[in-house]
Amino acid sequence: MNGLAGDLAAAFGPVAFVMFVVLNLGGILTWVERKQSAIMQDRIGANRASIFGIRMFGLLHPLADAIKMLTKEDFMPARADRLLFTLAPFVSVFFGLAAFASIPFGDTLRIAGREIELQAVTLNVGILYVLAMLSLGVFGLMMAGWASANNYALLGGQRAAALMISAEIAIGASIMGVVMVYGSLNMQEIARGQGQPLLPQIFGSWIPAWGLLTQPLAFFLFLTAGIATTKRVPFDMPEGESEIIGYFVEYSGMKFGMFAMADFLETVVVAGMTTALFLGGWQVPYLQAGGFVFPWGATVGLPHLAVVALQVGTFLFKVVVMLWILMLIRWTLPRFRYDQAMRLGWLGLFPLSILNIVVTGFILLVVSG
Amino acid sequence: MGSVIAFWILAALVVGSAVGLVVRRNPIHGALFLVVNLGGVAALYLMMHAEFLAAAQVIVYAGAIAVLFVFAIMVLIPGKEETGPDPLRAQRWLAVPLGGFLALEIALVLRSTVFTTSRSPATVPGGVEAVGRLLFTDYLFPFEVTSFLLLAALIGVMALTKRKAS
Repeated sequence: MNGLAGDLAAAFGPVAFVMFVVLNLGGILTWVERKQSAIMQDRIGANRASIFGIRMFGLLHPLADAIKMLTKEDFMPARADRLLFTLAPFVSVFFGLAAFASIPFGDTLRIAGREIELQAVTLNVGILYVLAMLSLGVFGLMMAGWASANNYALLGGQRAAALMISAEIAIGASIMGVVMVYGSLNMQEIARGQGQPLLPQIFGSWIPAWGLLTQPLAFFLFLTAGIATTKRVPFDMPEGESEIIGYFVEYSGMKFGMFAMADFLETVVVAGMTTALFLGGWQVPYLQAGGFVFPWGATVGLPHLAVVALQVGTFLFKVVVMLWILMLIRWTLPRFRYDQAMRLGWLGLFPLSILNIVVTGFILLVVSG
Repeated sequence: MGSVIAFWILAALVVGSAVGLVVRRNPIHGALFLVVNLGGVAALYLMMHAEFLAAAQVIVYAGAIAVLFVFAIMVLIPGKEETGPDPLRAQRWLAVPLGGFLALEIALVLRSTVFTTSRSPATVPGGVEAVGRLLFTDYLFPFEVTSFLLLAALIGVMALTKRKAS
């Protein structure tokens, strides 16, 4: 691995890894959605899809879904704006996929004389990049609602736009506290900062400074606003699949599938953001670059590759746990009414985020002396 | 070489989308061209290593203001193109002298010393630290004036909506 091939592998390896993980997590989430809701509602859930009698707990259903969607009629309303109607699902999926790029999934990997940052794109303003991609995703929904030439779809697109704006303001304001504590907009730096001990003069090196401990209020504000940007229950008034009609009412086949996929991709992104900002990212408690250093004095040396593998595995584990929690919330809460969601966003999350910034600034002043 | 090619592609995208914004009669298409334009300008910032400016451009302009534009267009003129005669047709003649004036202005600015001193992109302050320090030192007064202006606009909007409700 040297020369051009090594350069290419170093550049595209992390990108390929992120694409592989995010796309597959998004696909598996359709299975999790069915099975977890079934368990929560005391049902068996989808389990009939089989290849030669092999059922694999319904894991083949995403495959059956894909075949069904690809072979369905690709319907387009007669008065639709043909270009925008076709473009809309692609825009939604694109920004959902692109958002994960600057979320770090591991520390620096040193292999074959190279130093590879384990994130798809190293950006100094990575946290703002994710925010930007999440906020651009709404154009897909608005284009879909408008291009369908259907007033119900248009209303759905408007609800989506209003919801996304109120949620993104709250997200942007709530992560400011995290940025203030760790002093960087680079998500890799924020993840590294969470490996430092929390208040070492009081607790020694027992407690790592994860965002959940340094910014507890911001965690709940971010999680709430993050669930709102995924447009899933309890914030699913843009689509309202059971009663009111949503922005993708005129879509069928794989184009509809892409909108559904974009929701799952955004769920993965929100889980990844929450992990990277509040749950320590790829940090394993007491694991440092050379191995475990426990606060009671014991040390366990580990080779570099094992440390990196542990970190990447930990990041994925945390993301999966967050996805499980997000699914739990989705199948527990009923839908907010539109005005309730707006009031929650503008009169609840946003003022609390501003309060969090002020309080964080005050505490930082006191702590730093 | 690669960056020169990227610059010309982006420049074509930015100018093309700006032309599209003006030419398209369909307001939604115009607004979406505006989004492409803002994204292209953000990419140009990125090429100058002004990462923070690029991100702020996308979040504030493309992600918030343009969303509001599209939202307002969808509420006010749902899908109806403005096909009738232009009520402001007489004002089109003003475009020629105003355009000429603007071209003269740009020519004067380009000839001045602002752009003749060459700076390598790396030394241009574009990081969030540099922008923040400038905002709170050299440009504190304009910064505060801008925030006051925005606050006044906010209160004005609230006053207008209250009056309509009663």
